[in-house]
Amino acid sequence: MITLSIDNQEVTVKEGTTILEASEKLGIEILKLCYLEGLPPYGACRLCVVEIIKEKGNQIVAACSFPVEKGMKVITNSDRVLKRRRMIIEFLLARCPDVQAVKDLAKKMGIKKSRFKPKNDDCILCGLCVRVCDEIAGIGAIGFVDRGKKLKVDTPFHLASNVCIGCGACSYVCPTGSIEMEFDAAKRFRESLGCEHKCRYALMGLVSYKVCSNNYECWRCKIDQRIRDTLKTHPIFAAKEIKTEQVKQYFSFLKKIQE
Amino acid sequence: MRKADEIGLKELKNSILQERDPRKPCITICGGTGCHGYACEKVIAAVENEIERQNLKDIVNMRVTGCHGFCERGPIVVIYPKKVFYQRVAVDDVAEIISQTITNGNIIERLLYVDPNTGVKFIHEDDVPFYNKQKRIIFGNNGKIDPTNISDYIALDGYNALCKALFHMTPEQIIEEVEKSGLRGRGGAGFPTGKKWAITKAAKERIKYIICNCDEGDPGAYMDRSLMEGNPHSVLEGMAIGAYAIGTHEGYIYIRNEYPLALKNVGIAIKQAEELGLLGENILNSGFDFTIRIHKAAGAFVCGEETALISSIEGKLDGPRPRPPFPALKGLWDKPTNINNVETWANVPVIIDKGADWCSKIGTEKSKGTKIFSLVGKVNNTGLVEVPMGMTLREVVFDIGGGIPKGKNFKAVQTGGPSGGCIPESLIDLPVDFERLTEVGSMMGSGGMIVMDENTCMVDVAKYFLGFLEDESCGKCVPCREGIEKMREILTNICKGEGEEGDIELLEEIALTVKETSLCGLGQTASNPVLTTIKYFRDEYEEHIINKRCPAGVCLDLISYSIDAEKCNGCGACVRPCPTQAITGEKKKLHSLDQEKCIKCGVCYETCKFDSIIIK
Repeated sequence: MITLSIDNQEVTVKEGTTILEASEKLGIEILKLCYLEGLPPYGACRLCVVEIIKEKGNQIVAACSFPVEKGMKVITNSDRVLKRRRMIIEFLLARCPDVQAVKDLAKKMGIKKSRFKPKNDDCILCGLCVRVCDEIAGIGAIGFVDRGKKLKVDTPFHLASNVCIGCGACSYVCPTGSIEMEFDAAKRFRESLGCEHKCRYALMGLVSYKVCSNNYECWRCKIDQRIRDTLKTHPIFAAKEIKTEQVKQYFSFLKKIQE
Repeated sequence: MRKADEIGLKELKNSILQERDPRKPCITICGGTGCHGYACEKVIAAVENEIERQNLKDIVNMRVTGCHGFCERGPIVVIYPKKVFYQRVAVDDVAEIISQTITNGNIIERLLYVDPNTGVKFIHEDDVPFYNKQKRIIFGNNGKIDPTNISDYIALDGYNALCKALFHMTPEQIIEEVEKSGLRGRGGAGFPTGKKWAITKAAKERIKYIICNCDEGDPGAYMDRSLMEGNPHSVLEGMAIGAYAIGTHEGYIYIRNEYPLALKNVGIAIKQAEELGLLGENILNSGFDFTIRIHKAAGAFVCGEETALISSIEGKLDGPRPRPPFPALKGLWDKPTNINNVETWANVPVIIDKGADWCSKIGTEKSKGTKIFSLVGKVNNTGLVEVPMGMTLREVVFDIGGGIPKGKNFKAVQTGGPSGGCIPESLIDLPVDFERLTEVGSMMGSGGMIVMDENTCMVDVAKYFLGFLEDESCGKCVPCREGIEKMREILTNICKGEGEEGDIELLEEIALTVKETSLCGLGQTASNPVLTTIKYFRDEYEEHIINKRCPAGVCLDLISYSIDAEKCNGCGACVRPCPTQAITGEKKKLHSLDQEKCIKCGVCYETCKFDSIIIK
């Protein structure tokens, strides 16, 4: 266990915990856009920057990915941190002036208008959709294309994906509403029945896959609805957890042999 | 060939030396990238033909070597054993070199190097001021070795250090020796190499990796490339020693595909070393295995950053990852990975061979050894120079570099590549080492050194470097992606004459945000060109913003060309080159320049011999 202080409050956490997780334990809120519980830290939005007090000169680090150290002194709202955070929000506001999530952040930080030329984009490139698709759903239908200021989220070669299972997790996690579900997607899947588009639960081995009795309209699927209702989250996250549990069960006999 | 062991290697070296007559002349021709630019391959072919034609095979040897460093004067030919130094050798000179210098021992005056400042001619390579001020420990062998022939390297005590390490030292002793030598990473950050090795060694994993970073992407820097092209075995030997010390059996060389010669030569070198048992399984019969694989890189600047490099080898998008965890603990495929730059690896055999005490005598208190710089820009002697740490910028630029061409004034030098800072004339006596360069807002970087003369606009320079970084940013984190773009936009406006008051302060604010909050080294250093030019050349920024004037006469929107009525004698030299016929006038009468037609290309300024074209 490691004891550190955040905003002059002491907290004891497990080794390997990040500053962000430790501050959540204290109830200190740190702004973030690209962080999602359950996904490894990505460190792209840099909104969560905090200041660590050091003898040689304070260091600014991203709270979402920086692990705690013994006796560390963290300040989450120093003038320097706030100044940097405001500038980053100004960058985002210039990029996406019409996105509600960014506008809310700006309002929270007291920024009325960005000093930079607006670009009218609606994606902040937090990468949540890409990571959810790859790391939680295990599909990898979308990814980043190009680099630098041309960076964008897209399917390979901008073609309609033939691996997308239409789970909608990307749309669920998107903080800006940049990704929307196509409601005729279900129809498309039905048309391509028997090829690559499969039910997510079938893919995860939760239901046997033959033909979907709901015409691939997930909002009519009982399993889907039940998972949504009971777990209060997008099924893809819930299904992932169930799946890992099952996998653990399957492999539990291995442990017994080892013992 | 039989695989060598410790004694076998010594025997091999002796037999190579016995076969060679040290008194037999040898024509060495530089086959480095710079000299290829001067078509050295034609000179090489001509020498081959001439030797064949005159049937001189028994009298003279020929060797195509790696880069000699003095790229300004290529193609370079050095004739051993006397080290006669010929520069700018053309195909037509070859017959004369062979008949005069080789057969009769005469020196050909016109091919000798003449110091442009003093007019003195130099015959021997070691006397040339460009070379005699340098300390070429790492780079010196480049000119003596045919990189495609391992015998040349072994003849110069090559792989001796590996022998010493494998049979007479424990891994702990090697790390201690490297630590004691004070070697610091030559890739930019200057982290102590021995310490880095120790961390990777201490990691409790069975599989570990080492990587050689040859993804040099700075505009104008090519020392890693030249080292890889000219002396790949020194890098391989360093890696093998490092692998033994750290306790790993697999290594990668990450090398740009744009470096075809380096790729080819390192590929040949690995093959030859494996054939001799110097790499691969059971190295020198010691029981230690180490294989090196080459990873061709697609040439992204950001992949010089170690975590991005690792992602790239793993086949993922070339984005950096948050650190910690550092690659030394969790790197390639989540295994402990030690990454060092080409030059760092090449330093290792020297340290093991000559000892840490010998090495730590060179350099300053905290920066030991030598550093190779790529000296480019407005300087007489463009090329690669290796100097001991702590040498002043003045010595590098004026004594080795031979000063500024055309007698112009020195203005600034940019060290550390695109994300380094510009150091002004007032700091020219600064000793070059890691700490001092960081103190003045620049950095060592991989060793780029771009010299600028009085005709350089510092705002334009900052704009240029930010443009480069804007294109090369991976785009993952917000401050780097958006911040660099915003800074470049503001700088472009200033150069166009659309700068506003408050722009400098805004630039500083953005620059600090980008510097402090970016995810990786690219963003964290990207502000240096802006911050240092504002710090040292603020008046130039103000001149652009307030008076809408570019003092150096570079920013096209802020300058105009005109003709000085007193100086123009109507020679007409500028009339014809003008692409838009903006200059008119009769012979021997004052010419006139039509501002409407003028596109400010500057041809007239270059042509006029009487300085009668004025830039305002």
